[in-house]
Amino acid sequence: MANKISDETIEYVGILAKLKLSEEEKEAAKADMEKMLDYIDILNELDTSGVEPMSHVFPVNNVFREDVVTNGDGRESALANAPKRREDSFEVPRTIG
Amino acid sequence: MTGQYETVIGLEVHIELATKTKIFCGCSTEFGGAPNIHTCPVCTGMPGALPVLNKKVVEYAVALGIATNCRITQVCRFDRKNYFYPDNPQNYQISQLYLPIARNGCVEIETPSGTKKIRIHEMHMEEDAGKLVHNEWDDTSLVDYNRSGVPLVEIVSEPDMRSADEVIAYLEKLRMIAQYLGVSDCKLQEGSMRADVNLSVRRAGTEEFGTRTEMKNLNSFKAIAHAIEGERMRQIELLEAGKEVVQETRRWDDNKEHSYAMRSKEDARDYRYFPEPDLVPVVISDQWISEIKARQPELRPEKIERYTREFDIPRYDAELLTESWKIADIFEKTVQLCGKPKKVSNWMMGEMFRLMKEKGKEPEELDFSPEHLAKLIELSDQGAISSSVAKKVFEHIFAENADPEKYVEEQGLMSVSDEGALREAVEKVIAQNPRAVADYKGGRQKAFGAIMGQSMRALKGKADPAAVTKIIREMLDAQQ
Repeated sequence: MANKISDETIEYVGILAKLKLSEEEKEAAKADMEKMLDYIDILNELDTSGVEPMSHVFPVNNVFREDVVTNGDGRESALANAPKRREDSFEVPRTIG
Repeated sequence: MTGQYETVIGLEVHIELATKTKIFCGCSTEFGGAPNIHTCPVCTGMPGALPVLNKKVVEYAVALGIATNCRITQVCRFDRKNYFYPDNPQNYQISQLYLPIARNGCVEIETPSGTKKIRIHEMHMEEDAGKLVHNEWDDTSLVDYNRSGVPLVEIVSEPDMRSADEVIAYLEKLRMIAQYLGVSDCKLQEGSMRADVNLSVRRAGTEEFGTRTEMKNLNSFKAIAHAIEGERMRQIELLEAGKEVVQETRRWDDNKEHSYAMRSKEDARDYRYFPEPDLVPVVISDQWISEIKARQPELRPEKIERYTREFDIPRYDAELLTESWKIADIFEKTVQLCGKPKKVSNWMMGEMFRLMKEKGKEPEELDFSPEHLAKLIELSDQGAISSSVAKKVFEHIFAENADPEKYVEEQGLMSVSDEGALREAVEKVIAQNPRAVADYKGGRQKAFGAIMGQSMRALKGKADPAAVTKIIREMLDAQQ
């Protein structure tokens, strides 16, 4: 266990991920993240200079669509599961002061 | 005190691409319309929905990259930028961080001290967010995802600008390029062109940059100029008071002419960018680039050259005619219809610019058809209408796109070119004004003007003045 996650870090990661963690959950998450970082350290032992980072497992590129409108009025299905709706808009708590 | 500081400005400009559909789905990009009408599972971030890239977005972005002297990234990828905000239904924005579509470009702007190069750091493709409408009285915001997924190109400049004037010149240059290419209409009021201003100040003569702030919510050139001046003063005052500038994002309120801190600026790593797993890489071959290059329309410098060479138009005129894409378009279409570039240029340089100034009309708002201007030139050249009538008709073409043939006919403005009718009118005037005739014969040239004026009035201005002059002289001389 070389890596240590501080209380501040777990707090900050929680804010970025919009998660409210209890003290026990924080401790558990810290332990998990430390293990992950340790694992990354093992991977870092490999010399990967000259190896291109892989973002896809399939050797496929250039998948495109043509610029043609194929969708119609999507209002009802988009709003079907809205927690709150006003007329044709989603309603959320006010975001700006 | 302010003179001891230099302002350093870099810009992030977002341009909405004029595609018919969104970047990753087949929803329409049409502006306006009922909220959420142009939505589907992809652009509302439904779980499991998969994006597919619109090919036109790549072509437009490459076209912009070429026109701004960038190097195109021939293997480029998308990345996921994670953040939570209600305008972003997926809780991430698909953007480009590691391999943006274009890099290392520049454009030139004109400044009072000559041409200046503004370097472009990079250009990337991304999706726009939805629109939030804030409700003042009940503490809610309404979300409309019509704009979610509309394709954007973000152009990031180097911190090369030093004043609001330079910023506006740079924005005008980008707008002109995008409009000429047809990749965007760049309307600031509608948000199809938006600029975030990164600004810092430093003592004149120092090399290192001061702490910068980023200003958002700037939707007119006027707001941009105000915001730059306001932020510059705010930072200088802080430094003079021995305080520090905090790196943050500020929101400009143009009504109050004041900016407010929105949030402390996140680091790139706070967005936890990672390669977008739902999209495959884009590989842009040399051949594809040359195809896009070949389709690239003529830009302003080439147009100015061609107008002076092919149409024999003065350089100054060619510059004015190409200042806006819209004006150049009207000019070229009209020339194509009537084949008289010089006459078209004269009408546009004279009457059209005069009316635009008088009515406060922007080039983008011009809506008369080239067909009508071409017809007017024909009518005037054939002598079917006099030059004063032609000017009057043009005003109606300009204001309500009137069809000149119809208008002239309905208003009875056809020239009296029938020699008999002209003679008849002049004869009457001479008969009714013996004194003027006598004065003229007595050597008073001024009297000729009176006869001329009355004759033209009798003809309601619908006659060629040269023809009338000739007839009056003939008749008066014959009487001697």
